[in-house]
Amino acid sequence: MAGSKGTSLRQYALTRLALVLPMIFILLTLVFLLMRVAPGDPITASLGGHVPPAVVNQIKEQLGYDRPIYDQYGSYLSDIAHGDFGTTITDRRPIGDIIVQNGMATVELTFYAMIVAIVVGVTFGLLAGRYRDTWIDGGSRLFGILIYATPVFFLGLMAQLFFGSYLGWLPTSDRASPLVEATLETHTHIYTIDTLWNGDWDAFVDVVKHLILPAVTLGLVTAGVFIRLVRVNVIRTMKDDYIEAARARGIDERSVVYHHAFRNALVPVITVVGLTVALLLSGAVLTETTFNWPGIGKTLIVYLQNRDYAAVQGIIVVFALVVVVASLIIDFVNAYIDPRIRY
Amino acid sequence: MATTAEPVATRAPRRLGGVRRALAPVTEARGMARAMLWIGAGITLAFVLIALLAPVIAPYDFDTFRADGKRFPQLAAPSSDHWMGTNVQSTDVLSRLIWGTQTELKVVIVSLFFSIAIGVPLGLLSGYFGGKLDRILVLIMDALFVFPFLLLAIVVAFLLADKVGQGIVSAAIAITVVYVPLYFRVVRNHTISIREEPFVEAARALGAKPFTIVRKYVFFNVVQNVPPLATLNAADAILTLAALGFLGYGIQPTDGAEWGYDINRAVSDASSGIWWTGLFPGLAIVLLVTGLTLLGEGLNETVNPVLRKRPRMKVDLEPVPLDMEPL
Amino acid sequence: MSSTPVVSVRDLRVYYGTPRGTVRAVDRVSLDIGEGEVLGLVGESGCGKSTLGRGILGLLPDGAVSDGEVLYGGRNLVGMGAKDLRRLRGPDLGLIFQEPMTRLNPLMRIEDHFRETLEQHESGLSDREIRTRSLETLGRMGIPPTRFRQYPHEFSGGMRQRIMIALALVLRPKLLVADEPTTSLDVIVEAQILGILSDLRRSFGTALLLITHNLGIVAEACDRVAVMYAGKIAEEGDARDVFGDPAHPYTRELLRSTISLETDELHSIPGAPPNLIDPPRACRFHPRCPSVMVVCADRDPIEQRIDDGRRVLCWLHGPEERIPEGGTEPLEREEIAVADEA
Repeated sequence: MAGSKGTSLRQYALTRLALVLPMIFILLTLVFLLMRVAPGDPITASLGGHVPPAVVNQIKEQLGYDRPIYDQYGSYLSDIAHGDFGTTITDRRPIGDIIVQNGMATVELTFYAMIVAIVVGVTFGLLAGRYRDTWIDGGSRLFGILIYATPVFFLGLMAQLFFGSYLGWLPTSDRASPLVEATLETHTHIYTIDTLWNGDWDAFVDVVKHLILPAVTLGLVTAGVFIRLVRVNVIRTMKDDYIEAARARGIDERSVVYHHAFRNALVPVITVVGLTVALLLSGAVLTETTFNWPGIGKTLIVYLQNRDYAAVQGIIVVFALVVVVASLIIDFVNAYIDPRIRY
Repeated sequence: MATTAEPVATRAPRRLGGVRRALAPVTEARGMARAMLWIGAGITLAFVLIALLAPVIAPYDFDTFRADGKRFPQLAAPSSDHWMGTNVQSTDVLSRLIWGTQTELKVVIVSLFFSIAIGVPLGLLSGYFGGKLDRILVLIMDALFVFPFLLLAIVVAFLLADKVGQGIVSAAIAITVVYVPLYFRVVRNHTISIREEPFVEAARALGAKPFTIVRKYVFFNVVQNVPPLATLNAADAILTLAALGFLGYGIQPTDGAEWGYDINRAVSDASSGIWWTGLFPGLAIVLLVTGLTLLGEGLNETVNPVLRKRPRMKVDLEPVPLDMEPL
Repeated sequence: MSSTPVVSVRDLRVYYGTPRGTVRAVDRVSLDIGEGEVLGLVGESGCGKSTLGRGILGLLPDGAVSDGEVLYGGRNLVGMGAKDLRRLRGPDLGLIFQEPMTRLNPLMRIEDHFRETLEQHESGLSDREIRTRSLETLGRMGIPPTRFRQYPHEFSGGMRQRIMIALALVLRPKLLVADEPTTSLDVIVEAQILGILSDLRRSFGTALLLITHNLGIVAEACDRVAVMYAGKIAEEGDARDVFGDPAHPYTRELLRSTISLETDELHSIPGAPPNLIDPPRACRFHPRCPSVMVVCADRDPIEQRIDDGRRVLCWLHGPEERIPEGGTEPLEREEIAVADEA
């Protein structure tokens, strides 16, 4: 069954894409229904007490909440298909803008956190699996467990107390100092990129300093998951038959461990990287609240507190789509690495 | 996860027989798995005791801010009067810690109980009988499963807040909803793989009714997976509950003490360098979750044969007897 | 046969520990394998033949202890350092396994497997040399060059086994140990693989130790055969002689149990294979032997050489001077209990 790498990967991609559509559909529907579970309508719920009833009705009409439910569902779906995620009720911002600005803040945070998580997690996981049942293994696992048990907001709090108040080395909130924040020319809304783009070295350093505590905190907490997973996979892989066969051919232990065991063990880890995106999103919500990072998580919490259903709906829809797309990408990467999956 | 294929029983498996079989790996545990198991169990037990004995051992109630007619100092550092200090509301941190144990365990145990009670049977039925019901359930559960636990919990709590009011009940329901897909998925997958095992096929060929098969053969095999999963799940649930509390969707301060809520309050104390209001509740979370995780991982290692390590035994090579001619 | 054997096994013991006791998998085995010779090693499951095969290469699991001599090229492989042993595996000694399906790394192409093996033992080879040598060996196994860059899962079981054999032979070892190489393959593929294996002397000059429980393939492919029981060699000699006129009762029973087109009645050896942790006293086969004598339950048999160069481990062949008074009387014993847990 010979097939060139290219075509089979393409076929796989198409099949996978086709399967994803029903999932997205269900998620969107679920979100829509959930938002309308509450009695009454969203507008009254959020603006009810603060704004005269006549205005409330007006807004209701404008935003279409007085139409029959099927109608709303229809335009909801078509809007999303066109990339329109709606407008918030409380401050009338287009959700698309919110996604871009605050979303990028979260992307920046989770990206660096993921790097920390992978580096720390995979390293300790590989060590623990290779040196199973020695103190290295025990130490790494204990570290992984403790790290996982530490709520990210607690770690963040302690970090703030220690590095911020006590030592005074690092800033404990916001993305950048007020001056930098005010003068930054944004292109991508990712500050580390933008500052470099503008060639502003001082601003870059400032932004990095603000990133360190939140990213490392979030990354460390997520690393715990990787340690456990990588370790189990290394142990499982070292028992595989082809490992023994390689040894029978006189391959030295080092090569066996690195080229066979570790490489094969990491394949399922790629999947977990995708799942970790979901983890990171929820972690981001907490981290952003702790460090006052203006990301999409914190924004969601604020709108939740204000009972702005439209905003919540729009943001959650974006979350859902992001998670689905991430898992899709992971599947593709998996198929690329492991040729057995393509069939 | 572990698949112990039990041979077709010639008589109905005794209840205790199943339990004893299930516990066998635990008593045989060696090395690190054993250490984790017992340490984890010890820690968890300690917390359970604290929760049960809260009314007896807590110096004050969770919302007491005065005693003997005198109001407690506000944000006082740890001292002989208040071992862990007081917080901004002048309540004793140690007391809130102890009462908080009760809250955490209460909510988590009740929620997980319901998650299991709903998820496991659904998984069994869905896995064994398949068909349309299975397909629908799988679609819904997968869609829920894809969502990060915390976000889902927040959304559910948020939605329930209107109907049920914020507080213990909405937090508990949120946690239940969030973890049902987990049990459903694991149980369903395992059921499907067992369903195809020869001994189940044999039972079918002998004319056993479907419910009998599920009850006698499938259930005991699959259920062995639940304890490690539930323990690790409990650890995760505590974190989720604390997170909900931190964000303000957990317990109302008038209902009881909750660690996550306390940490939230402690954030504003940080800038003044006040550490005791956040450190102690945080450490409590870390300790309890660690205990549960150690217990769960220990169980996992002992139950899962892939990870079980064969104990290495000493071998004596006896000397070759001298009166034998060389071969 | 040939003058100097390729491998000389002397008094080899391989024991390993379990919670229930020490398993005496190989208990004082001696063998010679001549240059280019095909030696079959047969026995029931659990008799220790796999352990013996791996013991020769030093590929034993953690916790196994070995003792005795495995002489190769003037050196004793037992107790040799791991690094030296490793260097011998590939260019001098090879091993192929039973399950070809799982013995190749699914993420590596066949080409990569060969490159790894060749570069490990002969560094500094050019890509072209690697390719040429690999393709040449693969070609002899019937694998076309167009499939060199494919992945393991694209091949059937039989082809994967041929790839494994090619991989083991690419460095032209002097001895290849084949541990049940055709057990998991269907009969037609089995015949092809056997054809390749029995021809190794001609095509590669490699000696072969063929481990199997299938008497048929031994009769077909082997020059000499050793019959193993409970960790010891019961009988060893030229294949035609052993099968034509078996000297050891166990060999006789094995042959009678073999099913052929002439079989009209099923015959099986009563009892169950022995427990290697606590084997029977004296002769290990005595509880199941139809020709058992009093001495068999009392004293360990002594290895004898009989006329045609065969070796037997059985009191039926003497030495008479070592058998005490009345030892040759048949032994009374109770009906053999149905399969006690082995």
